[in-house]
Amino acid sequence: MSLHSTSGRFWLARPFHERATQIFLGVLLAALVIVTVLHVALPRGHALHVNAYTVNLFGKYLSYALLAVAVDLVWGYLGILSLGHGAFFAIGGYAMGMYLMRQIGERGTYGHPVLPDFMVFLNWESLPWYWHGFDMAWFAFAMVLLAPGLLALVFGFLAFRSRVTGVYLSIITQALTFALMLAFFRNEMGFGGNNGLTDFREILGFNLRSSDTRLGLFIASGVALALGYILCRAIVTSKLGRVCVATRDAEARTRFIGYRVERFQLFVFVVSAMLAGVAGALYVPQVGIINPSEFSPLFSIEIVLWVALGGRATLYGAVIGAILVNYAKTVFTGVMPDAWLFALGGLFVLVTVLLPRGVAGLLPGFTRRADHQPKEASA
Amino acid sequence: MRRFLFWALLCLLAGFLPSAAAQTAAPGSDPGAALLETLDVDSYRDKGEAITAIVQSDDERAREWLQALLDGRLQRADDGRFVVVLDNAGRNWPVEDALTGEALGEMSRRELDRIGINNALRNQLRSAIAVVDLISPDVERRRSSADRLLGEVDEALAETLVPVIEEAEDDYVRRRLGQALAIYQAENGEMAGVEALSGSLHPRARVALNRAASGDDPVVADAARAALASVEQNLKLNRGVETLYFGLSLGSVLVLAAIGLAITFGVMGVINMAHGELMMLGAYTTWMMQQLLPGQPGLALVLSIPAGFLVAALVGIAIERGVIQFLKGRPLETLLATFGISLILQQLVRTVISPLNRTVITPEWMSGSLVINDALSLTLNRLYVMGFALFVFAALMLVMRRTRLGLEVRAVTQNRAMARAMGIRATRVDILTFALGSGVAGLAGVALSQLTNVGPNLGQNYIIDSFMVVVFGGVGNLWGTLVAGLSLGVINQVLEPWAGAVLAKIIVLVFIILFIQKRPRGLFPQKGRAAEG
Repeated sequence: MSLHSTSGRFWLARPFHERATQIFLGVLLAALVIVTVLHVALPRGHALHVNAYTVNLFGKYLSYALLAVAVDLVWGYLGILSLGHGAFFAIGGYAMGMYLMRQIGERGTYGHPVLPDFMVFLNWESLPWYWHGFDMAWFAFAMVLLAPGLLALVFGFLAFRSRVTGVYLSIITQALTFALMLAFFRNEMGFGGNNGLTDFREILGFNLRSSDTRLGLFIASGVALALGYILCRAIVTSKLGRVCVATRDAEARTRFIGYRVERFQLFVFVVSAMLAGVAGALYVPQVGIINPSEFSPLFSIEIVLWVALGGRATLYGAVIGAILVNYAKTVFTGVMPDAWLFALGGLFVLVTVLLPRGVAGLLPGFTRRADHQPKEASA
Repeated sequence: MRRFLFWALLCLLAGFLPSAAAQTAAPGSDPGAALLETLDVDSYRDKGEAITAIVQSDDERAREWLQALLDGRLQRADDGRFVVVLDNAGRNWPVEDALTGEALGEMSRRELDRIGINNALRNQLRSAIAVVDLISPDVERRRSSADRLLGEVDEALAETLVPVIEEAEDDYVRRRLGQALAIYQAENGEMAGVEALSGSLHPRARVALNRAASGDDPVVADAARAALASVEQNLKLNRGVETLYFGLSLGSVLVLAAIGLAITFGVMGVINMAHGELMMLGAYTTWMMQQLLPGQPGLALVLSIPAGFLVAALVGIAIERGVIQFLKGRPLETLLATFGISLILQQLVRTVISPLNRTVITPEWMSGSLVINDALSLTLNRLYVMGFALFVFAALMLVMRRTRLGLEVRAVTQNRAMARAMGIRATRVDILTFALGSGVAGLAGVALSQLTNVGPNLGQNYIIDSFMVVVFGGVGNLWGTLVAGLSLGVINQVLEPWAGAVLAKIIVLVFIILFIQKRPRGLFPQKGRAAEG
């Protein structure tokens, strides 16, 4: 996938000519088809039948995988270790949650035609201004992209302009998500405070509790992951992507060559935030709740672990990592909840010390190439 | 039936008993007996006069009697003796003779009759006891009694107070009594009282002034309003001082938490995300020391200062040798790995000790507060923590400036390669620096154990804040950390009253993000080539 072989084609079509992307998309498609068939065609009780719960679980993993891809885009190719991507994920989720809340309508506990239950509970008279429009699906879905994008734009503009990099940027992003978590915990914010948004009924007219809707959401998550993956691949294989990699490896030099580094950083950062927002929007209807805990710094840093475990700067590694870690989490928290934090903490140490290239580095055919191997800027 | 007869007889007697008692009080017999006799009458008004008589009698048992009367423990036995009930639980009560103080063993409650009082008498008794206390030889008793009199002065007491104030030897007592009298006067619309209360901070004084301000006399009312304004002014000032105090206290905690981080980050360019957990270990060390030395929380606390340092420093060395040395030159990976360590340490404490908070006892000499005036008192534990923070800061400053290690650390911070070329063993410096920074985290934990709950999550709350302090102050500059920590603490406390705790925190975070726009390298940036990170 050198620059020569891919240049000349339409930028969005370029990823389809890569081996890695072809394999990835093939595997993803196969997984989607197999799960769907096993769920629909086989009768309940059959040994290979995939029940609705598992479909839902896989759908959740896929939205996490998209989130991991978004993080890998900025960390792997831009060298920005964002410890605050959970914030973009959660904001996308809240936008979706607000839409789902408005869909409840009069079926809430208090039966108010407009106000969600928690507002009635707090004795609010009318809908806050920022809740208007969320009864319309197109508006809410636009907000899923725009709200995290706007936050990333403002934050990134301020951060990159003043050349905040390295660990500074990491901690500032962590502070960002921490501040948002505190803010969303407040009832006065109008996002349901501690309890968040929940008790959803239907999305686009489909009952959220039916297994068909769950299957649909699972497929939607898979498609979104595929599209997000293709978009990211297209970006990193474009000329813009090459500049990003150059920035990652030698920011000062790239700047001196004449590139406005901060603009590239800003663009990719915003795209990544939007992808995270989409992931959040797909996640919320599948788990049925969104609350401020998604903003917690621990969650954001966990995402980074998925990417690190899977293998940085590969994108498919991020997907592998997200699914592996979350599967392990599901198993561990079910069997021995106390051990999960030990396992997670141990993974952080082991992966960084022993597996710097992640699981992807162990895959056959993985060769050490310039654009695969991020070089850490020296301290 | 017998009881009724007894009562009837008593009532009959009551009318002329005082005179009878006066007659029987032959010289040499106890005058106290007569005084007590006057109490056992039906009319509450007469009882009130009897109480006044007791106060004026200068009898040294007066206080005990009055207190017992107030508590309903002054009773008359069937045989006519006055007794003080020591403990009125159960059926049989241990009693002593009110006059001689001689223990009389137990008496059945049936043999005893309580001398009843009503609410008016209760109030009178309280001030009467206060007045008796005012002439007590014990200074502490005189003072607390003067405190109690604020707002409790009535007409009769006001007259008694005037000579007491003049004679009072203790300055504090005289001031307090003057205040008490002034409150009484102000409530009755007297100019003298209003003037005396101007600027006074006691809540009762404000009540009295408010009443005076709505009084009939316009001159007095105006004066009262002016006095109230000066009270408000004074209160505002005191609140300001209090906010500053809390801010500096929070700030010194931040300094303690951040300063270790500043050292390791400055020298090694490494963010130790487990820093907060090292603080937690320091706090748990304090708890363990107190478990080892039961009954001596103070000694345990003093001993846990070196112990906390050692424990955290050793764990720090283990982290450095076990993980960080393999991640040289990869600061982001180091951040992730140390975060993993922080998770493990947290869970370790949860599993081994308990997920619940542990209580660390505050030794006596650290509890309580320093009372500056009626509106302002400074809690001692915070004062100690502030002093401790300054002490740690000064000690670190000395280490950095005056020791060989400090010199080497500064050299490595400024230019690692050059320092190595000059023969400094950078690896050794790394280990020692990390141990030092971790040890200081342990010290911070020891201090924190006196302010907050000690639990597995103790450290988590501080890592972001401490890093903010380091960023704000400028990396590799201890003075920067001190100034940044203290000012962030104060800013937080100033914002809190009108923005709420959560919003204040958010505002501070946003402020720092914006601050970095202007000064990316903090308040006190490193200059010259060392700044090229």
